[in-house]
Amino acid sequence: MKTLRYFAARLTGHVLRLFVRFLTAVRADWRGIEPVPRQRVYFANHVSNGDMPMIWSVLPPALRRTVRPVAAADYWLANPVRAFVGPEVFNCVLIDRRPEVNDKPMDKIIEALDDGASLIIFPEGGRNMTEDPLIPFKAGLYNMGLARPEVDLVPTWIANLNSIMPKGEVIPLPLICTVTFGAPIHVEEGESKDDFLVRAANALAALRPDAHKSDWSATPKPKPEPAE
Amino acid sequence: MTPNVPDIPMDSTTADLLLLVLGVMGIMLALTLLGEFLRSRQTAGEQSPILDTYITRVQSWWAIVILVGLALISGQVGVIILFLFASFSALREFLTLTTKAQADHMSLALGFFAVLPLQYVFVWMDWAELFTLFIPVYAFLLLPIVSALRGDTDRFLIRIAETQWGLMIAVYCLSHVPALITVEIAGYEGRTTLLIAFLVLVVQFGDLLEYFFGRRIGKTKVAPKLSPKTREGMICGVISAMLIGGLLSWITPFGVFGAMVIAGIISLVGMLGNIVFAAIKRDRGVKDWSHLIPGQGGFVDQLDSVIFAAPVFYHLTVLVWT
Repeated sequence: MKTLRYFAARLTGHVLRLFVRFLTAVRADWRGIEPVPRQRVYFANHVSNGDMPMIWSVLPPALRRTVRPVAAADYWLANPVRAFVGPEVFNCVLIDRRPEVNDKPMDKIIEALDDGASLIIFPEGGRNMTEDPLIPFKAGLYNMGLARPEVDLVPTWIANLNSIMPKGEVIPLPLICTVTFGAPIHVEEGESKDDFLVRAANALAALRPDAHKSDWSATPKPKPEPAE
Repeated sequence: MTPNVPDIPMDSTTADLLLLVLGVMGIMLALTLLGEFLRSRQTAGEQSPILDTYITRVQSWWAIVILVGLALISGQVGVIILFLFASFSALREFLTLTTKAQADHMSLALGFFAVLPLQYVFVWMDWAELFTLFIPVYAFLLLPIVSALRGDTDRFLIRIAETQWGLMIAVYCLSHVPALITVEIAGYEGRTTLLIAFLVLVVQFGDLLEYFFGRRIGKTKVAPKLSPKTREGMICGVISAMLIGGLLSWITPFGVFGAMVIAGIISLVGMLGNIVFAAIKRDRGVKDWSHLIPGQGGFVDQLDSVIFAAPVFYHLTVLVWT
């Protein structure tokens, strides 16, 4: 039974990858790194549920086998199909976002890194619904970089997905999607959390195809003060 | 269901097509050997990006020649399926670069999944009144309505105009290539597939020779800001295309003189089309339409001159010879 599920997962993975490739002709642009099997954390912008399968599909087989997307348990365990696809096809590291659960997400992430896995994470913490290219990063990326400084943190920009499948639409448009991998960054000696997160966001935003056209400063806006 | 039941046995047409495909393959073989010869003369460790690009392009041409050859020999259904996929890929490349908003999502989805297949169904059914009007009239009027009903007016005219342009170029113009099969010319029944071979060979070899002569003797650039094309290269290219057209006149109903004139016209229109696409690419800040054909860029890069030449060739043929 276990073997059968394993093969079903592999097959589903192939079908999904072919579907993504046919529909969006997704292309990898290895601008800052080579597609070689090194331990990496790919951190990407997040506008659509298609983001993670898109990165997963462009990775060459040797890299895809060792990569584990970090994803929300409440989404991927919501029904039996997702519970199969998330943990078994994509081999997700599932994180429980519910505040009442005393689950330490960072422990699971560090454990996966210590097992030798590469990770895909979305440091904005959720889908970006704003007009801005990025929303401020959560601390997770910094904590990973601090705990395992030898791991490459690779900025990964996914272009066009917002038009392929905007929130609320059902039919995906077959537009060409490009995934750009930038030069890796690391947490530097004595770098503060906020400095690092701004630097990481800038490194990611610099990979946008229209980055040169826009006058946007590539700096995440300061968080609005919570209402009194 | 084949709307065009051939009166003359397909055999002579198929034999002519085979002869053409073999002839083109002979030229391809010569181009391949030339590349290998130049590579063998390279010293170890020497890098030549121009030669590498040339060899990659020749490899892509092989794939194109084999695919188009097989489609032409298999007949109308094969040709329609081939160009349906070409249109899909071209439309995908085009609409990736156009202005759009979420309000256009439904009209774009209709463009891909309704307008595109319907156009090819109309071509297949030989419904000329419909496939020549469907996109310029019905898609033109309907899709802006769908976008307008969503209420987003930001850059509205730009959005609907660019979408329509994409459909005209990638679907309407390109679908005139398979539509050539449905043209009815007295005394030429069952041989219309050869018109596609004529169009593609004249335009593509004209482009190739225009490039060759432009590199050799080109001086005066036609549109210096956006295209390397030169007046000398284009004149030599069009003359070459006319000579090729004359040599190929035996597969057409045009006669030697008619074939030469029409070859010159479609070759010129194709080259000018290439300049129009270069202007669009420059506007959008891209070098190629996509990365899907190794060495050539995208489908639109490969098809640009055929896209412009096809509707003109179709209408001239219908106007003068039917």
